[in-house]
Amino acid sequence: MPVKRADKTPMPVREAQARARDFIEVNEGYTQRHASFEAERCLRCQDPVCVGGCPVNVPIPDFIHAVAMGDMAGAARILRSANPLPAICGRVCPQESQCEAECSMTARFTPVAIGHLERFVADWERTQPPAAKAEITRKERIAIIGAGPSGLVCAGALARLGYPVTIYEALHAAGGVLRYGIPEFRLPKEVLDWEIGLLKAMGVEIVCNVIIGKTLTLDELFGKMGFSAVFIGTGAGLPQFLGIPGENLNGVMSANEFLTRVNLMGGYDPEKADTPVHVGKRVAVIGAGNTAMDAVRTSMRMGAEKAMVVYRRSDREMSARVEEYHHAMEEGVEFHWLTNPLEVQGNAEGWATGLKCQKMKLGEPDASGRARPVPIPDSEFVLPVDNVILAIGTTPNPLLTRTTSGLLTNKKGCLVADEKTGLTSKALVFAGGDAVTGAATVILAAGAGKRAAQAIHEALEARGA
Amino acid sequence: MARIIETRQLTAVTKYFRIDAPLIAASARPGQFVMLRVREGGERIPITIADYDRELGTITIVVQAVGATTQRVCALKTGDEILDVAGPMGGHIDIAPGGHVCGVGGGFGSAALLCLMREFTARGDTTTAILGARNKDLLILADELRPLCTHLEICTDDGSAGFKGFVTQRLAQLIEAGPPRRPDSVVAIGPMAMMRAVAETTRGPKVKTLVSMDPLMVDGTGMCGGCRVTVGGKAQFACVDGPCFDAHEVDFDVAMRRNKAYVQEEKRAVDRAACMDRRETA
Ligand SMILES: Cc1cc2nc3c(=O)[nH]c(=O)nc-3n(C[C@H](O)[C@H](O)[C@H](O)COP(=O)(O)OP(=O)(O)OC[C@H]3O[C@@H](n4cnc5c(N)ncnc54)[C@H](O)[C@@H]3O)c2cc1C
Ligand SMILES: Cc1cc2nc3c(=O)[nH]c(=O)nc-3n(C[C@H](O)[C@H](O)[C@H](O)COP(=O)(O)OP(=O)(O)OC[C@H]3O[C@@H](n4cnc5c(N)ncnc54)[C@H](O)[C@@H]3O)c2cc1C
Ligand code: SF4
Ligand code: SF4
Ligand code: FES
Repeated sequence: MPVKRADKTPMPVREAQARARDFIEVNEGYTQRHASFEAERCLRCQDPVCVGGCPVNVPIPDFIHAVAMGDMAGAARILRSANPLPAICGRVCPQESQCEAECSMTARFTPVAIGHLERFVADWERTQPPAAKAEITRKERIAIIGAGPSGLVCAGALARLGYPVTIYEALHAAGGVLRYGIPEFRLPKEVLDWEIGLLKAMGVEIVCNVIIGKTLTLDELFGKMGFSAVFIGTGAGLPQFLGIPGENLNGVMSANEFLTRVNLMGGYDPEKADTPVHVGKRVAVIGAGNTAMDAVRTSMRMGAEKAMVVYRRSDREMSARVEEYHHAMEEGVEFHWLTNPLEVQGNAEGWATGLKCQKMKLGEPDASGRARPVPIPDSEFVLPVDNVILAIGTTPNPLLTRTTSGLLTNKKGCLVADEKTGLTSKALVFAGGDAVTGAATVILAAGAGKRAAQAIHEALEARGA
Repeated sequence: MARIIETRQLTAVTKYFRIDAPLIAASARPGQFVMLRVREGGERIPITIADYDRELGTITIVVQAVGATTQRVCALKTGDEILDVAGPMGGHIDIAPGGHVCGVGGGFGSAALLCLMREFTARGDTTTAILGARNKDLLILADELRPLCTHLEICTDDGSAGFKGFVTQRLAQLIEAGPPRRPDSVVAIGPMAMMRAVAETTRGPKVKTLVSMDPLMVDGTGMCGGCRVTVGGKAQFACVDGPCFDAHEVDFDVAMRRNKAYVQEEKRAVDRAACMDRRETA
């Protein structure tokens, strides 16, 4: 019988003071006891509204029921049938605005900890011998551009359908944002490496250091390379800058640069890595999304004494996952809400020394429906800083589209693709993930990769028939 | 992994490498570069594609040992593998055919003139290569370049070979001489100070000039913005919008300052590399 308990079983976390100085994962994960306890909170609703909140419609009550029954293998199977990256999504999905936002428990209590349970099941799965093996039954070869979540998921789904798949990745390692962006303390690389290992076991070939549009063109993938269909999962990696004075001073950088130096290039371990990371005593991160939280918490772990978030709107408009915000607060990050950066000031050597800001107040809603921040007159002040890190958003990288004819993009540089199939303006070229939607989420990218795999299969079947 | 087919020590600190990289060789154009990494945990560094042979599937690079990573590259021998080589990155040098193109090379920059002179001469342009070095022993690739261009000009600070003086002095003479020696366009590749001096030399007489900027880079794919340079007052990413820009529009002050951002950390990396290498050989 389901047991009603008001509150979510809390996730065991490492102590804030200790974790704020190292890169070991913050959340320790449920134990079997936590998981069974939490699984019993699920009401197994007749109409499970939670499922509608999940972008890939994970059969949530079913997998949670399996956990409650102690059937871990069954839980893992149910989960994976809908979500190919459960260990990752359990950790990074914005549950509070997706599955858990819809949960019936939310009306009176706190929602079932769907994310924590998802992670628990997937972490158990990683302790089991992997079930994957290569079964190539099709002769049409498929090329995937980009090894982020959309590309990895698309590759996995196609491999399961029997296609030989090759992923081309521009960087020297696969994973996309999961590798270069999201830090180790939130998503350990071993989780990602396990998923990539699974793909390789299924016969997926990953070729790094190949930039499509430079090393090979998209058209050459069909012609010279002999692929039958292509999936584009190139993400939205181009960082935006504010265009304020002083942005080119030394010590000012994009969050992408900072996080890439630390994550992809191993800068968190200066004993092993050559790529330098320069973190001063006071770091101001501009923005309030997941990227900003990752950058500010990373700067603290790299030795900053004062790590600050500067955002022109208020905490209510912040787009970061709630859990990360709470963790950042516990770790001692300082938040400057309703604070608009105007200029970076520097010293004679060209290093940043201060961030000139202006206080804001909330006004009428703007085009995005959020209250528009308006300046308060005569409220300028200077925050002393050594580094300024910009986390104000990214757009799709034009590298591929610039060199490919007939590939349509919209005003924002996003690829135009059919919502259901991912088909672009070019025959047998599909796309998904951030390259289509603009910066979004891992689960949306994964879902798009999965749908495109099915569409590619159908397109090839139709052509064959 | 890319195998090194041939190496040649050009000066005490500069080494020539021919590398097996068929995909890159097939699509490379003058002015583009590769990103390479020599070990796990190593830096990704940009290196100009000096030349390519589409038939053999090889590219040529010339590396000057200045810090930890370039020292590690220069320690590699024929038959060794380079862990990662990605490219060709960046845009290629685009100059309308039929004119007189002058390439100015300083230091390892002279190497980049190889494919530039070869391609432009082959399509019928008049070409001049001006090579500069402090003295004769530091001059590189003069013999290789001679057959590839219409005129080869050598400049040494001490006069030990060719013209005595800076490349900019010789360039100014050619511009003043008028046709047929006066170039219609100039491409300068080398140390920032040299490229800036070339920009000043050609600004007055209004000779169209491109410089190959070499800011610090991380990914080389347009993802980090660390390579931004100010061109015509606007921020441009050298790895995708460049690396060649209109010399008369580039803000060299900002570029030179930004390249010094990690001097302290780089010194530490060199010390650590030396220390690691000692441990490895011990
Ligand atoms: C710091 C940070 C934190 C985030 N936190 C969260 C979070 O907590 N939860 C969440 O759901 N989402 C989060 N996101 C967003 C999420 O990571 C992205 O939405 C997701 O990774 C998009 O996946 P993708 O496959 O579309 O592209 P990406 O992950 O961007 O991968 C694209 C890949 O394609 C490669 N590529 C690009 N161009 C080419 C080319 N021409 N040839 C070959 N390869 C190419 C790139 O190198 C890259 O590896 C975060 C993003 C960032 C930056
Ligand atoms: C597009 C491009 C093409 C390049 N082509 C070549 C080439 O063909 N051959 C070659 O030898 N080098 C080339 N470089 C420069 C090369 O990338 C750097 O020398 C290298 O990154 C230095 O790495 P390191 O670890 O050895 O030295 P570091 O320890 O990083 O630096 C050592 C010293 O060199 C300076 N330095 C570092 N990077 C640069 C740079 N990009 N430009 C000028 N000074 C720098 C540092 O300030 C420091 O004083 C190119 C750079 C760019 C951006
Ligand atoms: S994939 Fe994300 S949204 Fe869907 S159930 Fe899992 S945690 Fe919730
Ligand atoms: S809505 Fe909540 S309680 Fe109901 S099935 Fe879904 S998770 Fe369980
Ligand atoms: S090197 Fe990162 S954007 Fe150019």
